[in-house]
Amino acid sequence: MTPAKAAVRLRGRGPESAPSEPAERWDLRLYVAGHTPKSIAALANLKVICESHLKGIYRIEVIDLSAHPERARADQIVALPTLIRKFPPPMKRILGDLSNRERTLIGMELTPGKEK
Amino acid sequence: MRLKNSVAVPSLPKARSGVRGLDEITGGGLPRGRPTLVCGSAGAGKTLFSVEFLVRGVEMGENGVFMAFEETAAELSQNVASLGFDLEHLVATKKLVVDFVRVERSEIEETGEYDLEGLFVRLGHAIDSVGAKRVVLDTIESLFSGLSNTTLLRAELRRLFRWLKDRGVTAVITAERGAGGLTRQGLEEYVSDCVILLDHRVQGQVSTRRLRVVKYRGSSHGTNEYPFLIDAAGFSVLPITSLGLQHRASAERVSTGIARLDLMLGGGYFRGSTVLVSGTAGSGKTSVATAFVQAACRRGERCLYFAFEESPQQLTRNMSSIGNALAPWRKQGLLRLESSRPAVYGIETHLAFMHKTIRVFRPAAVLVDPITDFTESLADNKAMLTRLIDFLKMEGITAVFTSLVSAEMHVDQLEGGVSSLIDTSIVLRDLEREGRRYRALSVMKSRGMPHSRDIREFRITRRGIDIAEDQPSLSDSPRLRLTARISDPSAPRKRAGR
Repeated sequence: MTPAKAAVRLRGRGPESAPSEPAERWDLRLYVAGHTPKSIAALANLKVICESHLKGIYRIEVIDLSAHPERARADQIVALPTLIRKFPPPMKRILGDLSNRERTLIGMELTPGKEK
Repeated sequence: MRLKNSVAVPSLPKARSGVRGLDEITGGGLPRGRPTLVCGSAGAGKTLFSVEFLVRGVEMGENGVFMAFEETAAELSQNVASLGFDLEHLVATKKLVVDFVRVERSEIEETGEYDLEGLFVRLGHAIDSVGAKRVVLDTIESLFSGLSNTTLLRAELRRLFRWLKDRGVTAVITAERGAGGLTRQGLEEYVSDCVILLDHRVQGQVSTRRLRVVKYRGSSHGTNEYPFLIDAAGFSVLPITSLGLQHRASAERVSTGIARLDLMLGGGYFRGSTVLVSGTAGSGKTSVATAFVQAACRRGERCLYFAFEESPQQLTRNMSSIGNALAPWRKQGLLRLESSRPAVYGIETHLAFMHKTIRVFRPAAVLVDPITDFTESLADNKAMLTRLIDFLKMEGITAVFTSLVSAEMHVDQLEGGVSSLIDTSIVLRDLEREGRRYRALSVMKSRGMPHSRDIREFRITRRGIDIAEDQPSLSDSPRLRLTARISDPSAPRKRAGR
């Protein structure tokens, strides 16, 4: 457990200093319900952001609640689409189709100004 | 309110709420398959109301979903455990789903268009997982503090309420009371089938809870404010049903517990009638009233005694000193003593409490000692007594009230403004003559029976109340002589009590 914890702490300093080890990939989950225009837009917007800011160190899992309704409760989903940044901590929730790029970056803590 | 003679009107299908009293006010319950809005300020009882709606639903075979926006499932279970609701058990046996919806603004970033489909999916899944017929959303307005796009929220809530209707679930949606309207976010515009308002008011440091059905589309309903209680048995609303004068009148007589008083009345009180024993302080009202309790218990009838001046222990001790042993009846479960101070609750809370206790205990006789001092306002007192008496008459319960009057009061004032509702009125007096005090009893009125017009001296002895056959010791008083009658209407029948 200790190395993992150390890794977490390291992550907390800021994404740009992230070494590209596979264990420290960004873990992103996108919750949608079916192929709605909003969910398609959200996934497309997310991919663009990840490619430009997190190339090679991200993983996106798309969870379709229409197929897995029980996940809505388990993961506290209310609005759709919802993007959850599972890793690095802290967990962040970003609602909407991610069309507002600036707000999305703020939400994901990918802007230099938001760093500690 | 009660539509007994509404024959041809096709009324809405209703789902019994299971909340005691509410179904009577609404003529059968909440609109089945539709949402009902329950609004009220903080602490008004919205959550308890909704929990009871679900728990009673389960008891009637309708499973439920509770979506909590303010409390976690654990907090909720804990909060309602005091009312005897075991939510965890209901959840474990798949009768109920409790889902805590957490929306924390600080963790959320809004980045474009979204909708509340996640909530719909979640609710739909919860409904399907237990086959729920009832749904509670408590308090959905919390979403407005978690999400910033109010226009979107309003549109989505409107869609949600329509969706609930389409699913055919009977839903209760709670909302905080707003300054301008019934709710903060104007939800009453969207949930238009049935709106119930809960109110918790404090007047003169005494709190009273009230419930009002603001709106019930397609159904008649009581429009009054109804007092309600929240206690260990849950919610209970006191329906003030429009009595009409439809109660049955029994011709059966029940003993007053005082043999000579039975004679004066020609056999005792009518069963189901209302008796008032009034008198000045120390004139023996409680003693006369408890004699009746004693007689009822001896007949094996259950009695309920509301004591507003003495504690059960004090009363038991004091009455046993005059041969009225109450303790054995209490032990046997025939007598129940309920003591409280009049000033502790508002008059309506008292009324609701009495109502509930009577419903639970199902007594044949009720004693309220005394009916005075509940409130300064005579009008309020009268309104409450009217409701209580109406209820007792409907239930066929013989009621004995005591009433304290001051010596200067005129006879007309003896009945606390409810003279028309009292069937038998007994007046006790404390008279001073030649260095001695005398107690005197007279029957001021007794409907439907010939009765003695005497003013009789009586004594309270260790063996009970002893009414003199005539009034030798008082016969010198010119005032008393005026009203004295030798004839005793019951005399020929001579149905001596004990």
